[in-house]
Amino acid sequence: MGNLKQRFSGVWAWLDERLDLAAVRKIAEKKEVPVHRHTIWYYLGGMTLFLYLIQIATGILLLFYYRPSAEDAYESVQFLMSEVHFGWLFRSIHAWSANLMIFTAFLHLFSVLLLRSYRQPREISWISGVLLLGLAMAFGFTGYLLPWNELAYFATRVGTQIMEAVPFIGAYMATVLRGGDDVSGATLTRFYAIHVAVLPMLTTFLLGLHLFLVQKLGMSVPLDVEREGGAKAGMKFVPNFLLRDLVGWLTALAILAALAAYFPAHLGAKADPFAPAPAGIKPEWYFMFMFQTLKYLPAHILWLEGEVVGILGFMLAGVLLLIWPFIERGSGRGEPSRVFTWIVVGMIVYIIVVTYLGYAAEPMA
Amino acid sequence: MDTRTYRLLLGLAAATLLWPRLGQAQEEASSCVGCHAALSDDLLSAPVSELERDVHSDFGCVGCHGGDAQEFSMLAMDPARGYVGIPEPREVESLCGRCHSDAEFMKRFDPAFRVDQVTEYRTSVHGSRLASVNDQRVATCVGCHPAHSIKPPSDPSSSVHPLNVAETCGQCHADPDYMSPYAIPTDQHDRYMESIHWHMLSEEGDLSAPTCNDCHGNHGAAPPGVSWVGNVCGQCHMVMGELFAESFHSEIFTMLGRPGCATCHDNHRTVAAGDELLGLGEGAACAMCHTESSAGGAVASSMRSLIDSLTARYEAADSILAEAENVGLEVSEAQFGLGDARTALVSARTAVHSFSLEAVKEEVDAGLEVTAVAYASGEGALGEFLIRRLGLAISVALILALIAGLVLKIRKIEQA
Repeated sequence: MGNLKQRFSGVWAWLDERLDLAAVRKIAEKKEVPVHRHTIWYYLGGMTLFLYLIQIATGILLLFYYRPSAEDAYESVQFLMSEVHFGWLFRSIHAWSANLMIFTAFLHLFSVLLLRSYRQPREISWISGVLLLGLAMAFGFTGYLLPWNELAYFATRVGTQIMEAVPFIGAYMATVLRGGDDVSGATLTRFYAIHVAVLPMLTTFLLGLHLFLVQKLGMSVPLDVEREGGAKAGMKFVPNFLLRDLVGWLTALAILAALAAYFPAHLGAKADPFAPAPAGIKPEWYFMFMFQTLKYLPAHILWLEGEVVGILGFMLAGVLLLIWPFIERGSGRGEPSRVFTWIVVGMIVYIIVVTYLGYAAEPMA
Repeated sequence: MDTRTYRLLLGLAAATLLWPRLGQAQEEASSCVGCHAALSDDLLSAPVSELERDVHSDFGCVGCHGGDAQEFSMLAMDPARGYVGIPEPREVESLCGRCHSDAEFMKRFDPAFRVDQVTEYRTSVHGSRLASVNDQRVATCVGCHPAHSIKPPSDPSSSVHPLNVAETCGQCHADPDYMSPYAIPTDQHDRYMESIHWHMLSEEGDLSAPTCNDCHGNHGAAPPGVSWVGNVCGQCHMVMGELFAESFHSEIFTMLGRPGCATCHDNHRTVAAGDELLGLGEGAACAMCHTESSAGGAVASSMRSLIDSLTARYEAADSILAEAENVGLEVSEAQFGLGDARTALVSARTAVHSFSLEAVKEEVDAGLEVTAVAYASGEGALGEFLIRRLGLAISVALILALIAGLVLKIRKIEQA
C-alpha cells in the first residue's frame, strides 16, 4: 500500500512539474459553493453535464456500427439492436439520456430564471446556457431521424415543413437542411454530419465558455438570499459538493439503466417515402408545446397565416429569452420583480399544459 | 282528354307564348330546350336538366332524337327533319350503336374505348330475347345507362359504377313480380350482399372486387355455363383456377353437372373461404360428398390437419415474437422471416385446390421449418430479456452500494 502511495506521489510530482497541477488543486480547494435554502438547484447544471458526457460516450459506441445512408441506416441500427453485444443497451441509454439531458437542461434554465442567477455579471453565462439548450434540442431533432424509421421520417418531414413557413428564408433553409425539396437520403447524411460533427463542435465551445464563467464568477447566490444578507455558510466544492454531485450522477445512471432495460428504444418499421404517413405522428416531447400551439392557431391572423404568426412568435420568444438579462435589469440592481416571476411561472405552466394536451389529443390522421 | 294530355297541351301553349322572349335572350339555344324546360310534365321537362350532367350533353337532344333544334315551332319535331322521337326498345341498340359501334368516331373521344357493346349485347340473354321474341321487358342500353343521365363508370353517381352495378341489375333481377315470367331466382342481389366480394367492394373499398358484370359480362350478360364457371372465377383466382382445372375433381364435377368453384364456394353468396370449408367438420364443403369412411374423406381430413398444424405453429411463433417485441426486444428480422411461413400457409391453402395431399404437405413442411426457426428466435429473445433484468439488478445493486459508500464518506468528511 505504501509502495502504491509512493508511486502515485511520484507520478503526481512528475505531472505537477510539467502541468502545474498544484495551481489547479489550489483552485479546486479554494472553490466554495454557497449553502442556503436553494442550494439543491446548483446540482442541475452538473447533472446535465453528466448526461451530456453519457451522450458522448454512448454516441461514440453507436458510431462503430451506424452507417449513415438511406439504404443502410435502418439495417445497421437493427443489427446493432439484435446482434451486437449490449448494442441495445448503448442505443437505449443514448436515447433516454438525451431526453433526460434536455429535461434537466429545461429545469436548469427555469431555476436560473426564478432565482435570477442570470443577473449582472452573469449575462454571458445565461446567453451561453440558452444557446446550449437550443443546441441540445437541435441534437434531438437531428438524432431522431438517424435510425431512418417510419415515425422519424414523417416527424422530420412535418418538422422541416413547419420550417418552410418562416417568411423569406424558411423555404431556403428547409431546402438546405434537407438537401432537397423533401426528406431523403441526402437529409439523413446532412443530419448525421450536423449531429456528430457540427453540434458537438459548437457545444464544446459553448460548454467550455459556460464552465469557465461558472468557475470565474462562482455560483450565483439567489436574489432573495442576497437581500437577506447572503449565504450564511459555504461548502467546499472538492470534495463535499463533488461527492454529492456523484451521488446524483450515480442515481441518474441507475435510472438510465432501469429505463433502458424496461423501456428499450424501439426501432419500428423502416422509413418508406412512398407510404402514407402513419396516424399519430408527434414530435419529441420537448417540441410538443410549439407543435401543439401551431395547431391551435386559426388559419389566418389579420393578413398573415396563423402558422407564420406562430413561428414568428416562437422566434421572437427565443430572442427575448436570449436577451432576458438585458430586459429584466431590476434584479441586477437588487430589485425583485413579481411581474417577471409570474411571466416565468406562466411560461412553465403553458409548456406543461400544452404539452399534456398534445399527448392527450386525438392522433392526427 | 285526360289530365296528362291537357297538361301537355297547356305546357306547349305556354312555351309557344314565352318562346319568342326566351329566343331573343338565347339566340343560339336549342328549341328543344326552350320548349321542354317550360313544360309542366316532369316526364318531358326533366330530360332538359338531366342532360346537362349527361356525358353526351354536347351532342344535344338531336344527337339521339333527331329533329331540328333551330326551328322554333312544332316543325322542329317533323319526321321530315329526322325526328325519331322516343325510340322503341328494339331501336335502342342501333341508335346507340350508330356512334358506339363506330371505331373511327369513338376514337376521337377515347382511343381505348370499346366498340363491341352492340355485338356483345346481341349475344346476351337480354339481346337475344329482344331479337327472337321481341321481349320488351328485357334490358336495353337505357335499362342500365339511364337515358339523359348517363355518366362514365368511374363516376360514383353512375348507375354502372362498381358500387352501383348490383343495384342497377337488381332493379329487375331482384323484383319477383317483374321477373315472374322468366322463372329464375330473384335472390341473387340479396345473396350477393352477403358475399365477401360485396364486402371487399363496399367495406374495404376495393373497386376491383367483382360485382354482377365481372362474372356475367356486362353487355353480353349471360349466366356462366356449368362447365366454364372455373374460367370465370379463374379470371381473378388464377392459381386456384388452374389447379382445379387440372384436378380430377374438375372432370367429376362436370360429369355430375356441378358448377365448378361454386359447388364449394357458392356463386352469388361467396363467403370468405376459411379452413372450416376443408375436412369433414361442420360447415366443411368436402362433407357434402365425402364421409369419414371414404378415401376422399380421409384425404380431406389429413389436409385439414396439416393446415391446422401449420396455422397453430405459425400463431405460436407470431405470439412469442410479439411478446418479445412488446418487452422492447428487436425481433423484426425474425418477424420478417416468419412472413415466409405465412406465404407457405397461403400456398398450402391454395394447393388444396389440386386435391393432392402431397402438394399440400410439401407447402406445410416448408412452412413448419420456418416457424421452428422463428419460434426459436422468440425463445432466445425472451431468454435475453431475463438476462437483461438480472444484469440490471446486479448493476443497480452495485450503484446503490457505491451511493451508500459516498454518503458515508460525505458524513465522515463533514463530521471531521
